[in-house]
Amino acid sequence: MIDSLIPVLAGAIAAATPLIFAGLGELVAERTGVINLGVEGMMLTGAIAGFALAAETGYGAAAGLPAGALAGAATAMIFAFFALSLAANQAACGLALTIFGIGLSAFIGQHYVSYSLPGLQPIAIPLLADIPVIGPVLFKQDAVVYLSFITFAVVAWTLAKTRLGLLLKAVGESPDAAHAIGYPVLGIRYGAVAFGGAMAGIAGAYLSTVYTPLWVQNMSAGRGWIAVALVVFATWKPTRLLLGAYLFGAVTILQFHAQGLGIDVPVQFLAALPYAATIVVLVVISRDRKLLQLNLPASLGKPFLP
Amino acid sequence: MHLLEPRAQPSQLMRWTAPLIAIVATLLAGSFLFWALDKSPIASFQVFFIEPLTTSYGWSELLIKACPLILIAQGLAIGFKARIYNIGAEGQLIIGALFGGGVAIYFDGSDSAWVIPAMVVAGALGGALWGALPALLKTRFNAEETLTTLMLTYVATFILSYMVNGPWRDPEGMNFPQSIMFGDNALFGILLEGSRVNTSVFITLFAVLAFWLFNARSFLSYQLEVGGQAPAASRYAGFSAKQTVWFSLVISGLTAGLAGVGEVAGPVGQLNLNISPGYGFAAIIVAYLGRLHALGIVLAGCLMALIYLGGEAAQVSLQMPAAITGIFQGMLLFFLLGADAFIDNRLRKPIR
Repeated sequence: MIDSLIPVLAGAIAAATPLIFAGLGELVAERTGVINLGVEGMMLTGAIAGFALAAETGYGAAAGLPAGALAGAATAMIFAFFALSLAANQAACGLALTIFGIGLSAFIGQHYVSYSLPGLQPIAIPLLADIPVIGPVLFKQDAVVYLSFITFAVVAWTLAKTRLGLLLKAVGESPDAAHAIGYPVLGIRYGAVAFGGAMAGIAGAYLSTVYTPLWVQNMSAGRGWIAVALVVFATWKPTRLLLGAYLFGAVTILQFHAQGLGIDVPVQFLAALPYAATIVVLVVISRDRKLLQLNLPASLGKPFLP
Repeated sequence: MHLLEPRAQPSQLMRWTAPLIAIVATLLAGSFLFWALDKSPIASFQVFFIEPLTTSYGWSELLIKACPLILIAQGLAIGFKARIYNIGAEGQLIIGALFGGGVAIYFDGSDSAWVIPAMVVAGALGGALWGALPALLKTRFNAEETLTTLMLTYVATFILSYMVNGPWRDPEGMNFPQSIMFGDNALFGILLEGSRVNTSVFITLFAVLAFWLFNARSFLSYQLEVGGQAPAASRYAGFSAKQTVWFSLVISGLTAGLAGVGEVAGPVGQLNLNISPGYGFAAIIVAYLGRLHALGIVLAGCLMALIYLGGEAAQVSLQMPAAITGIFQGMLLFFLLGADAFIDNRLRKPIR
């Protein structure tokens, strides 16, 4: 039994990887008080930019991931200009970014529909990969999965233990106080939004150059929105985000293993599962108003004009 | 980085000129885009915005696309005024189309004149139901409607996919994911000979009048607006926040469901996976561009329909992907939001 579960669990880890990148990026932006609903758009822009560069240079994911990060950060700056500098409605700006990103990526992607890329080979980490169950699940993955572990550790540590983390949280909790002691609130928010964009871009590039190494229009298929929901589910805490992402990875991967596990349900219902699960976790977490209020960055979604 | 400072009073002038500024800015950015693609901006705009309107067929197609956009946006505007952000009208449209289409398929071959009215009622119910679900989740469990409405759109897409791949697949459709073509009595009657314009236009027309009256005359509309602009005052006045959520989401779901029936019993003529080219999302832009005003939305809906038509024309004449429509939609919303920022704020004067 456990042997047949190992590929499912390993698949869940890989499926969760884009959610971890995009979710961590959005989490950092939201911690500074900016809600960017454009994750889906930034992810798709990152996906096509990463795919295009990977295909044109022949360097695969090694070129695709940085290109995706740059493209994601660049589109995030459009959002930032309108939502931060012009103090426009953040939710609506995010929606505009998503609509724009879907269109832009499909427009550029037209040239790349018939390409495919080699993808990445898994790397077994010596010693660790030999641990029963945990080894093949966690330590026989591609390099980007390991990068997601490192990114998680860096973000969690930065938010919890460093001056920078304190500053990010302070800007989100009380922008007026941060401004009064002389911190550049808008500059810090710009930085956080750029980081969120770069992470979403990496998530997209992972999808298009590693996870399913080809370009399909709208290929993120709502993962950007699920990442936004995960941040709420995680109550703005990195560790809970990581666990949530793996949970969703498992739900996502279920549809590919359902037959093998003896589950006989129409494929569309299994495919709808991650989205239905998102609603369920939102309900579960949101019904506890106190828990939500306790962790919600106080200035979330509110524009800052000094 | 701080470009703005608050105005002493909101500018009424900006409130109404912002959509025009946004349109001009979108055209400018569009010119730049065409220029960057080595296409002449003037010739491209000719194809995009002028040529579709040089034939009477073009105008009729504009009407066909504008109707669902206007219909959905009327419903969305109710919620947006109350700050209830239903961004899942696309899903409500799909469920409306499924309910209406289900009636058409069940009564296939019947010659009753009641099939179309039954489809309209079923579609409205389906859309309203899909809007009621996030209302329940919001009022009962405090779950954000932005995310739940959007997630339900994905769920709706998969339900549609299941139905047209499974129970409702056309047995003679060569395994394509589509239902049977609806019979004549399950289609809206053609109004203009030689075009696809049909009697569903009257639904939109009725909705525009109804929402116009509702906004101008009803106390409920006033309650909704107060709830959106001053939640505390609204609570103090005893207006129910829950009622606002339910009303906004059910009404916007209902109009989206009606638009879904209009598509499947109109230009599409069956259930398939391409019922809507994103009308539910575009209608969000239409609602804001039309200043959440019933008549403003009519104008904005026509403009958005033109962007759709232009996108199709660009596909044919300029060999551009239809996705250019999405680029224009995104730019338009960005510029509108940017221009709107100047209603309550003005440019900061540099400190010397």
